[in-house]
Amino acid sequence: MSMVLILEWVVGIALIGGAIACVTTENILAAIVRLSLLSMVAVVAFALMRAPDVALTEAVIGSGLVTFVFVVTVKELFAKEDKNEEVH
Amino acid sequence: MIQFAGIALILIGIYGLMTTKHMIKLIIALNVLELGANIFIISVGFVKNGLAPILTADVPSDLLNFVDPLPQAMVLTAIVIGFGATALGLAVARKVYGKYQTYDLSVIGGEE
Amino acid sequence: MKKFISFLLILVLAFFLMTSLNSSLDFFNPPNSLDETRMSNAFIHKNASGGSDPVEFGKSTGLEDGSANIVTSVVVDYRSFDTLGEITVLFISALGVGLLLGAGTGAKQRSGFILKTAAKLISPLMMVTGIFIFTHGHLTPGGGFPGGSMMATAFLLNYFGSGSISTDLKSLKWMESLAGVFYIVIGLIGLFVAGSFLQNYLPTGTVGHLFSAGIIPIIYVLVGLKVGSEVSGIIADFSKSEVTS
Repeated sequence: MSMVLILEWVVGIALIGGAIACVTTENILAAIVRLSLLSMVAVVAFALMRAPDVALTEAVIGSGLVTFVFVVTVKELFAKEDKNEEVH
Repeated sequence: MIQFAGIALILIGIYGLMTTKHMIKLIIALNVLELGANIFIISVGFVKNGLAPILTADVPSDLLNFVDPLPQAMVLTAIVIGFGATALGLAVARKVYGKYQTYDLSVIGGEE
Repeated sequence: MKKFISFLLILVLAFFLMTSLNSSLDFFNPPNSLDETRMSNAFIHKNASGGSDPVEFGKSTGLEDGSANIVTSVVVDYRSFDTLGEITVLFISALGVGLLLGAGTGAKQRSGFILKTAAKLISPLMMVTGIFIFTHGHLTPGGGFPGGSMMATAFLLNYFGSGSISTDLKSLKWMESLAGVFYIVIGLIGLFVAGSFLQNYLPTGTVGHLFSAGIIPIIYVLVGLKVGSEVSGIIADFSKSEVTS
């Protein structure tokens, strides 16, 4: 078993596990951060598939900008949580 | 293996879409689905011991060992479009939050 | 209960997919070489009519499409009309975000000393890296889409550091509109000079030189500016708006 093949298996299992952890969690902020980490793993997957252009784009957008728009959107939810109000 | 992971990500994304009623989580599940679709499309063009489709001084001139560049070109634009769609969806979610003070669709629909 | 039923449905779907795809795709054994009949072979040999002449880096001249990065030659030459549509979709979604969130003043962000100093140092470097990526899109990995997004990330870091949006948003809108207009104008010149919309009508030069590949670098710079200003606009809309209650 070569190095690349082992790396492929590790990345594949990390992708599946990360996606399950991202979708099944109840905490919203945890889900957002896990989505960001999943994007980082996907960058490695794209690089393994010999797609450097796509890996670059996913690194900039998937783990940078998408996380920003999600966090800004749920910001008010946490401001509410601090005041110990009921959160939906 | 990565091709298999792409299909698994699509299925997990559909599972997430079916089991939640929180708007932000719906958009997160949609993002997972999109990531899986992108990985699957890229992996269809993969070639064993292939090279990245960029001509350099080291590439032999018979050009037989490249991976397929066409799926990569499609996914390159699809990622940026996905960001636009995510931003639009979150803008709609914020507008709904401004009106109902909650992101939970079952509360908005009056189900409980 | 609902989760269990969803899980069962997903299992059924997975079984169906695996049995139907198993004949056409071999999950753990990719093919040894690219299928000769695929359209991509024509793109790699830079001859849309199907020739298989060798292309050599730094030697071949006067090809149909002189870009060293084959993904770039697909995105902005062979499928350029498609890219025009894609950036239009991005423009419409940016417009939708602007319309939905509306104009707000936005709360002033408080930032620490380290973030402030680091943002001042790093964000110009990121901006220059983004510009480098989209001007060398026909030679190295990258191009207009990641380069433009990197410029927008520099804009975002600058916002975190300084605490407010200092850039004039009207100039972003002008840059975006002018880039889109120039893209279409270049395509129309191709229609009148060479006979079809967005055809590569400039001399393509030697593969691997900076000034090569005809209209590809020009269009990729325009795409980079357009994507960068659109994504910056989305970021500005999100950070400025407050949820009205």
